[in-house]
Amino acid sequence: MWTIFRKELADHFSSVRFLILLCLIVMVTLVITYMVGINLRQELSGGSKPGSVFLLLFTTSGRFFSLSQFIAFFGPLLGIIMGFDAINREQSAGTLSKLISQPIYRDDIINGKFLAGVLTIAVLFTSLILLIAGLGLLTVGAVPGVNEAARLLLYLLVSIAYVSFWLGLSIVFSILFRSVATSALAGVALWIFLAFFTGFCASLVADAVAPVKSRQNPEQVMANRELQQNIGLVSPVHLYTQATSTLLDPYRKTSKQFVLVGTMENISMNRFQNPLSLGQSLLVVVPYLTGLLALTVVCFGAAYICFLRREIRSA
Amino acid sequence: MSAVIRTQNLTKRYQSRNAVEDLNLEVLQGEIFGFLGPNGAGKTTTILMLLGLTEPSSGTVRVLDLDPTRSPLKIKQRVGYLPENVGFYTDLTARQNLRFVAELNGLRGRLVEDRIAAALDRVGLADSGEMRVQAYSRGMRQRLGIAELLLKEPQLIILDEPTLGLDPDGIQGMIGLIRQLCDEQGLSVLLSSHLLHQVQRICDRVGILNRGRLVASGTIAELINRKTAEGVQLSSLEDIYMHYFHAEPGSRDEALGQPANTARS
Repeated sequence: MWTIFRKELADHFSSVRFLILLCLIVMVTLVITYMVGINLRQELSGGSKPGSVFLLLFTTSGRFFSLSQFIAFFGPLLGIIMGFDAINREQSAGTLSKLISQPIYRDDIINGKFLAGVLTIAVLFTSLILLIAGLGLLTVGAVPGVNEAARLLLYLLVSIAYVSFWLGLSIVFSILFRSVATSALAGVALWIFLAFFTGFCASLVADAVAPVKSRQNPEQVMANRELQQNIGLVSPVHLYTQATSTLLDPYRKTSKQFVLVGTMENISMNRFQNPLSLGQSLLVVVPYLTGLLALTVVCFGAAYICFLRREIRSA
Repeated sequence: MSAVIRTQNLTKRYQSRNAVEDLNLEVLQGEIFGFLGPNGAGKTTTILMLLGLTEPSSGTVRVLDLDPTRSPLKIKQRVGYLPENVGFYTDLTARQNLRFVAELNGLRGRLVEDRIAAALDRVGLADSGEMRVQAYSRGMRQRLGIAELLLKEPQLIILDEPTLGLDPDGIQGMIGLIRQLCDEQGLSVLLSSHLLHQVQRICDRVGILNRGRLVASGTIAELINRKTAEGVQLSSLEDIYMHYFHAEPGSRDEALGQPANTARS
């Protein structure tokens, strides 16, 4: 497996595809970080400063979106692009027959490719976060404390896990679909659906199953909202955004929202007066992480079932 | 002489069709066995079953006295397979491709380089080792495929249509190479093809497969000496092939082609 891992890693780093992605991501993050940094500096220049300024770098929005939102919505694309032709390209090039007639286990092929992808993503993200941190130090002048650094590290790990899920999913698609274009399309379609339309579909389903006939009935409203929340848990994008927002913003309350209070109370109740400690944040985040890991494992199971017993002909 | 490949009543069924039916094949050590048949006869399916890349529906198969469905890795360590359209990583050089395959076979260190050099030398590509495979002609790719097989120093090699698409010079070279490998290194070769003239020149024994059934097997001399049901003498491999190609399954002509039931050691 390590032979395949090393070869795939070399392939990733020397491919034009990776170079393009790298340039794109680095450019966007640099621009956002710079804008956010300047804004933060101006906003915080007077008055008392909140406890964790450094993490605000990641959660404040630049012109269009914040860094964490950017990674939440475009990270999957990175995973998909790295894995969509993993197996079907080898099949069409004729190298898959050669691979499976060597004395290696078939799952080593999938595992090697997946691990190489994960390491590439890890290297990319680590450098990215270090770059952002450096730029943030320059523009805002805020130095991260131990707590913030720890949160940042956890954010890094969760992000890598998130993009690895999408990598695993695109490898499954590359096994299921013969054509490289179809597997890419399937990955992108699923990404668009899960990223942009889950909330809408969740509310549709909730309205169908547990409708709110009158706004005054709290049980109906609660049931409706509960169902929406639970359906949302299927989407890895939702899981990731919930997990990382709690990690990055220690003032944020848990994700279950109160529905019965009015708007003004909502705003004031939305934030704690004192920040959550790291342990507490972790406790909130663990269910979402488990969900992400479970989804990744399911993907691998599907990949193994399809690939391990398939008959592969060279013609 | 012991058998490197022995199958008994090997059958492979796809949905409603028998791709391979009741195959009793035997390949002896040190011989070149030609596996003939039209397209779709079941040659590639049989080869996949021999390597453990497909599970037989019924019957037994033994390669080097190992069961491919139980110990596929051991078989793949000792058997080299050249598929019909062999593929390489075209952006890597020939040596890099060979290095990759050598490491997959468990070779490490100094041994890798020695074996690569020996293999390239054997197939006549020693000067082109540093070229990208993208630039290789078809003949060179076929030879590189054979070089890949030789890395693991196999006891048996299985070649699926090795001369397909080669120019006459390339075909000569390929046939000569196969004969040399068999003579000098005692390799057993299973060669699947539908190009009769080449098969005739190097194979010790042949087996003719039609619609999944082995309709004839034996040395070319044996097959030529047999007469058909009408008493017509078959004088060349081409005649033999065309005759058995048109034989109805289960007819007396088919029975004529079956190997004699002599016990082999």
